[in-house]
Amino acid sequence: MTVESEAPAEEPRTVTGAPREAAAARGVRVRDVRRVYSSRRGPVVALDGMSLEAQPQETVAVVGPSGCGKSTLLELICGLQRPDAGTVASEPAVYMPQRDLLLPWSTALDNAALPLLVRRLSRRQARERARPLFAELGLDGFEMAMPHELSGGMRQRVAFLRTLLAGKPVLALDEPFASLDALTRQQAQAWLDSALRREPRTVVLVTHDVEEAVVLADRVVVMSPRPGRAVAELRVELVRPRRRTDPAVVELRERALEALG
Amino acid sequence: MSRVLRPALLLLVLLGAWEAYARLGSVDDFLLPAPSEVARALADDRSLLWHNFAVTAGEVLLGIAVAVAAGLACAIALHFSRTLRVTAYPLLVASQTIPIVIIAPLLVVWLGYGLAPKLVIIALICFFPVTVTALGGLGRVDPDHRKLMRTLDASRLQAFRRVEAPAALPSLFNGAKISVAVAVIAAVLAEQAGSSDGLGHLILQSIPQFETARAYAAVAVLSAFAIVLFGALALGERLLLPWAHRPEGDVT
Repeated sequence: MTVESEAPAEEPRTVTGAPREAAAARGVRVRDVRRVYSSRRGPVVALDGMSLEAQPQETVAVVGPSGCGKSTLLELICGLQRPDAGTVASEPAVYMPQRDLLLPWSTALDNAALPLLVRRLSRRQARERARPLFAELGLDGFEMAMPHELSGGMRQRVAFLRTLLAGKPVLALDEPFASLDALTRQQAQAWLDSALRREPRTVVLVTHDVEEAVVLADRVVVMSPRPGRAVAELRVELVRPRRRTDPAVVELRERALEALG
Repeated sequence: MSRVLRPALLLLVLLGAWEAYARLGSVDDFLLPAPSEVARALADDRSLLWHNFAVTAGEVLLGIAVAVAAGLACAIALHFSRTLRVTAYPLLVASQTIPIVIIAPLLVVWLGYGLAPKLVIIALICFFPVTVTALGGLGRVDPDHRKLMRTLDASRLQAFRRVEAPAALPSLFNGAKISVAVAVIAAVLAEQAGSSDGLGHLILQSIPQFETARAYAAVAVLSAFAIVLFGALALGERLLLPWAHRPEGDVT
């Protein structure tokens, strides 16, 4: 599948006083980032000394215990938050949350085409660009279905199409399959894997599922409990598609679990 | 079926009790006519009632339309401007505490005995529930939807058009439904302040003429009208916003 990227006009974005080289960086570069929230019980350090890099078209999975600042990391990459210290440089990134967030009053097709409508394409043009992608994710025939008529797995696929059609080089996926049951999740991982091979993007995939990380990613970054930072990194140099029962996958999964502690 | 049957049964029981109470002669007919007398008045005075009903119904429908338009415009303005919300919202609430009877004669002096003062009164009374519910609907948008629109680089106006406005539509319908009931009362008040026809005028005339049954018949017509309007809005909501009536996010 091809989604024409209209992104080149957009400049790589840098937050805080990042040096120019960092701003020109391709992919994602997070360096020594600290992020503190104020809460009722005082300040909470979500991230401290967090660094992460993703080369263009690389898939990096980030695993860690809950509350280790994984979502904060993605919001920083997408420019939804600013770091309190350190630098974040990234090509334009789009955020895909755990919840599908489909608009209940729009059809599946219009939900997928939402980024195009926001970019002021006409409804007809937007639909024409979104429609061919439906078949490739096994959604053909459901273009005119309303979100409530779709299963959880299908809704997540529509949400992924919406993320792709945002036309940004970086995808920030925040536990996209966490709400799906085990079987649907495996199917979802399979279509994500094949979609990314047809349509390579730079992906930062946050997950608490170590197996999912090993099956999908080129690299797995393990984070510490809060305040989160990267404590281990595993390279996954296995051919795709990967089977979760493959001894090499199982071994890497065990190593990642060990690193998680 | 029981959705029609049950209220009908309850109504029948209440009417029966009322009939018995009135027949026992504990109160004067001029004070409380029996339902059977009201029914007779409905039949006997049907052309009189119909003529006046047409006048009142027109006022109510136009008044609600004005109120919904003004309330919606007001809610959107308040939604977009924090300054306006802080400055004008408390005054808006305070304005609702002014009894309409106080300003109704003033409106008649300014605008005469025609349709205009009635529309103003109905709109004044109805526009508040519409504004409050619509503003609430606009403000209660899922924060994650807002975040989504931001990562898609949507402008403030696009976020409004694509997310906030559709999400607020069910609230707007609720506001309109609330305003239906008060619109009918407002129309009666407005006609009593100065009018030569309409059901409110008819009620005002009937009571000193000891035609209490006719006044009650007029009230019955008004109630029926309010129920029909309410039902029409509920039906319209189901047809126009089918997504608002389903459980959200079934994950199977």
